[in-house]
Amino acid sequence: MNPTSGRTLWLRQIVAIMRIDLRKTFFAKRGLWIYLLAFAPLLPMIGHWAIPTNGANDTLGQDVQIFAGIFQFFYLRVAIFFGCVGIFSNLFRGEMMDKSLHYYLLAPVRREVLVAGKFLSGLTAAIVIFGGSALLQFPAMFWHHGRELMDAYMFAGPGLSHLVSYFVAAVLACIGYGSLFLAAGVLFRNPLIPAALLLVWEGINGFLPALLKKLSVIYWLQSICPISTPGQRGGNHNNIMQLLIIDIDPAPAHIAIVNLLLISGFVIVWAAMRARKLEIAYGAE
Amino acid sequence: MTSTDIVFDNVSKFYAEVLGVNRVNLSIPPGVTSLVGPNGSGKTTLMNMIAGLLRPSRGRVTVCGISPDEAERFFRMVGYATQYDAFPRGLTGYEFVECYLRLYGYSAKDTKRLAWEAIDRVGLREACARRIAGYSKGMRQRIKLAQAIAHRPRVLVLDEPLNGLDPLARAETIALFQALAAEGSHVLISTHILHEVDLISDRVIMMNQGYVVAEGQIRGMRDEISEHPMQVLIRCDKPEYLASRLFHENQVVEVRLHADRAGLLVRTRNADGFYKLLNHIALNGVQIESVAPADDDAQSVYEYLIGSEESTK
Repeated sequence: MNPTSGRTLWLRQIVAIMRIDLRKTFFAKRGLWIYLLAFAPLLPMIGHWAIPTNGANDTLGQDVQIFAGIFQFFYLRVAIFFGCVGIFSNLFRGEMMDKSLHYYLLAPVRREVLVAGKFLSGLTAAIVIFGGSALLQFPAMFWHHGRELMDAYMFAGPGLSHLVSYFVAAVLACIGYGSLFLAAGVLFRNPLIPAALLLVWEGINGFLPALLKKLSVIYWLQSICPISTPGQRGGNHNNIMQLLIIDIDPAPAHIAIVNLLLISGFVIVWAAMRARKLEIAYGAE
Repeated sequence: MTSTDIVFDNVSKFYAEVLGVNRVNLSIPPGVTSLVGPNGSGKTTLMNMIAGLLRPSRGRVTVCGISPDEAERFFRMVGYATQYDAFPRGLTGYEFVECYLRLYGYSAKDTKRLAWEAIDRVGLREACARRIAGYSKGMRQRIKLAQAIAHRPRVLVLDEPLNGLDPLARAETIALFQALAAEGSHVLISTHILHEVDLISDRVIMMNQGYVVAEGQIRGMRDEISEHPMQVLIRCDKPEYLASRLFHENQVVEVRLHADRAGLLVRTRNADGFYKLLNHIALNGVQIESVAPADDDAQSVYEYLIGSEESTK
């Protein structure tokens, strides 16, 4: 009976951590609100499909704009943001509250491997829930235009590439916000405080100068989204608030993807280094 | 001090301004060691540092020469059942032992075998398919113990492991500790049941207010407490005569006759000298049935060193 060592051991440990954590994330009753948040946009979309509106105002082009608005203003900024708070900050802090984190810390697992395993389990759950919802929202939004128009939009038009872009944006949002909230769970006794600060920071992103804009997750995510919305260059500037918005060009999608991955990687490495010093003091929680 | 010992080298732990433990120097050899002391004396802090859950503010802790920083080696050697009565939600007893055992990198087959072995050792085979949430306190203690021993650690640290166990499970668990110690393992136990300390332990560490006030074998610790004369119970056929003889001896501080007039309690400052004297008296016509020290147990030593008014935990 020889346990493995090196990379094989780390891989087995990561799989073991994911096995424990995925079960907790997917099937926990207290995580039900995350599903509700993720699938909430489906409700008006299905409603729109079920209750036909005036044909003149119900064009595919208009629905593309509406979808872009829902995705950027609700799905990325609210649903995925808060969903990631619920999933990722609980990976460490939730276990602290449940007084069960020590079972991991008493196993022969490097703290770096533990952080990696927990991040991957959170990420898997987040991608399944939020990526899955994004994939469902797209047909739900456009299906009522009929098979012919839908096929033309998806396969002869830009539909499929839009769908891929939205899915990639949802996945990258999970990676970006997930890394930040995992780190918050490692570093802070109450991760809701840094989450609230980040929410404000992301909320005022449109009003920040160009350099500060780039120190956010939402700027890079918006750069990946295929359709501009009001507040972005090329969007409809018909609001008094638009006067305060500092308009800069979105980054090219590939740069946005690489930058988001780099920021997330840096945050995860930092969290792993801090996790080395993590102590169990449940009494103080 | 050898590389098989648990070593505390001038260890202090502070929680901000609050003292956890201070200037602890210990070298604990294999065997059963009990850690006793009142609430807040630093027992759990000491155990958490042995198991690597806390880091010393000062000094160094090593177990068999290895520091907790070397996680992959250290935690194969150490098993810890904490005082926390908390478990991951929704797991059965078997799943609980098995899922954390997988973190050790064993194959699926070995993991399963080790999990069953540990569950059998604590006698929970029949209940292990049930959810832990439905377990009694005693069963939860035993499944925690199974989880702590499943990877066959050389060093087992147990915080209040006998709490909530019924008398039979208690006896079986104590026998398990002794069997593990006989195999050459360290078994470090914190307990507040002092009369069991004598039964279980090869040695005792007594703590109070963050300091180690005594450590070693109970009898040796008792011999060091010179301000409290040693008490000896004697059953004999002529207790009055024996008492009158003993009153004349300088090393005897007090003699009390038993109510049944068949024995006496003697307090002496020099136990060795007293036993020699008693041999001499016995040769001169006193029939001595039994001689037994009355206060060289953990309870007495605890009361002398820490005080009977302190509640233990």
